[in-house]
Amino acid sequence: MQDFTTAFFAAFDLVLTLDPDLMQIVGLSLLVSGAAVALSCLIGFPLGAALGAGRFPGRLPLLVLVNAAMGLPPVVVGLTLYLLLSRAGPLGPLGLLYTPAAMILAQAVLVTPIVAALTAQIVADLSEEYRDLFATMGMSRTAQAATLMWDGRFALTTAVLAGAGRALAEVGAVIIVGGNIDHVTRVMTTAIALETSRGALELALGLGLILLALSLGINAALMGMRATARRLADG
Amino acid sequence: MVESNRLTNLAHHRGAQTRPPAVRLHDIQLRRGGQPILRGLSAELGQADVSAIMGPNGAGKTQLLRLLAGLAQPDGGTVHFAWPDAPEKHRIALVFQRPVLLRRSTLGNLSHALRQYGVPRRRRLSRAMELLAFGDLTDRARTPARALSGGEQQRLALVRAMAAAPDLLLLDEPTSNLDPRSTAAIEALILRATAQGVRVILVTHDAGQARRLADDILFLHDGQVAEHSPAARFFDMPASAQAAAYLQGDLYL
Repeated sequence: MQDFTTAFFAAFDLVLTLDPDLMQIVGLSLLVSGAAVALSCLIGFPLGAALGAGRFPGRLPLLVLVNAAMGLPPVVVGLTLYLLLSRAGPLGPLGLLYTPAAMILAQAVLVTPIVAALTAQIVADLSEEYRDLFATMGMSRTAQAATLMWDGRFALTTAVLAGAGRALAEVGAVIIVGGNIDHVTRVMTTAIALETSRGALELALGLGLILLALSLGINAALMGMRATARRLADG
Repeated sequence: MVESNRLTNLAHHRGAQTRPPAVRLHDIQLRRGGQPILRGLSAELGQADVSAIMGPNGAGKTQLLRLLAGLAQPDGGTVHFAWPDAPEKHRIALVFQRPVLLRRSTLGNLSHALRQYGVPRRRRLSRAMELLAFGDLTDRARTPARALSGGEQQRLALVRAMAAAPDLLLLDEPTSNLDPRSTAAIEALILRATAQGVRVILVTHDAGQARRLADDILFLHDGQVAEHSPAARFFDMPASAQAAAYLQGDLYL
């Protein structure tokens, strides 16, 4: 218990003094997860819009697949990417293994299904409501999708935030493809795992506090967005 | 007061119409879920400014309107519009019973519609402002459309339909959820639209409204035309037993 209290105060000290090592780790975490979420939105929004409002063969199986992929185990994703990116793997020549790029890729694989599935749900609900209006206006599929995405913008923010939460919190995928190399691929979650196993509880706890604060911040933003979306939707 | 003068003028204006009907329906068959909805319906609608479609629930009024709007395809029969196929120039706009409004401001809804109807960007704002003025919604321009009152929402839906510069405006019980004041505002808008040369086909249960607005009444019963008469004759001397019973309030005997 004594250890815990000491560690706790040391952790606060690290946070308050903006310890350079700690800040580097936090910065890389935000960069990797931010880039992964951006990449996921680039793929997940159009995919989700197509799944939610489109009519094409294979739509339903794909929707089931995307929904199931929301629960992909990070270590399995990490391992698969590891095999693809390792020297002997098909993507080995890219030299991405143990780089932040590999970590971004891994998190994007985890986050894209979340963004796509939630987008599909949001767009499908709106599409149901707007279908007749669109038909009487003679709108093209593209114009319909653009209208649906814009009108769902507040609800879609929740999809982005849900994806960001997943990206920031996962450890299994980035530790396998990133390797947790100090100053190169060490992010908050992998650092916490390492420092805890080494008994360096101050740094682990400091990181844990920041991670929790970010998680709280994201959830608060999520609820705020929902409230705004509901107010605008219901009038 | 201004409005009532306008109504009087329009009533005069109306008698002068001698146009071909906006739409000719011949032997229309429509089935939904195996059930016949429209059964061999033939009619000519929209010769004068306002045609009203009346009839009990389940008679097929709304389905007929959806068919005219192109939201449903007939299983048999033909629909002929008065104009040749030139969809860009001749538009049909539909206003739903419950307005479907985008999650945007009043102005945003109109701008969106104008964009869909191919109005160039530089002309959209001025046209939108005209439409707002037309619907008496200028001071609500920035209000989220779904925060408007029920009457304002339906007025917005109506002026948004007018953004299409339609030849034919289809209205599905536009005032069924509104109070008398809002109903009067919608009716005034409908007459303003006809003054601009728009022909209106209106589904309504409100006999008073049909009497105030319509030139002719198409009375449907069980998916068929029970009667199609000039409005005055329809209300004074309904020719069909069904219409007479409907007007007396005891339709199903």
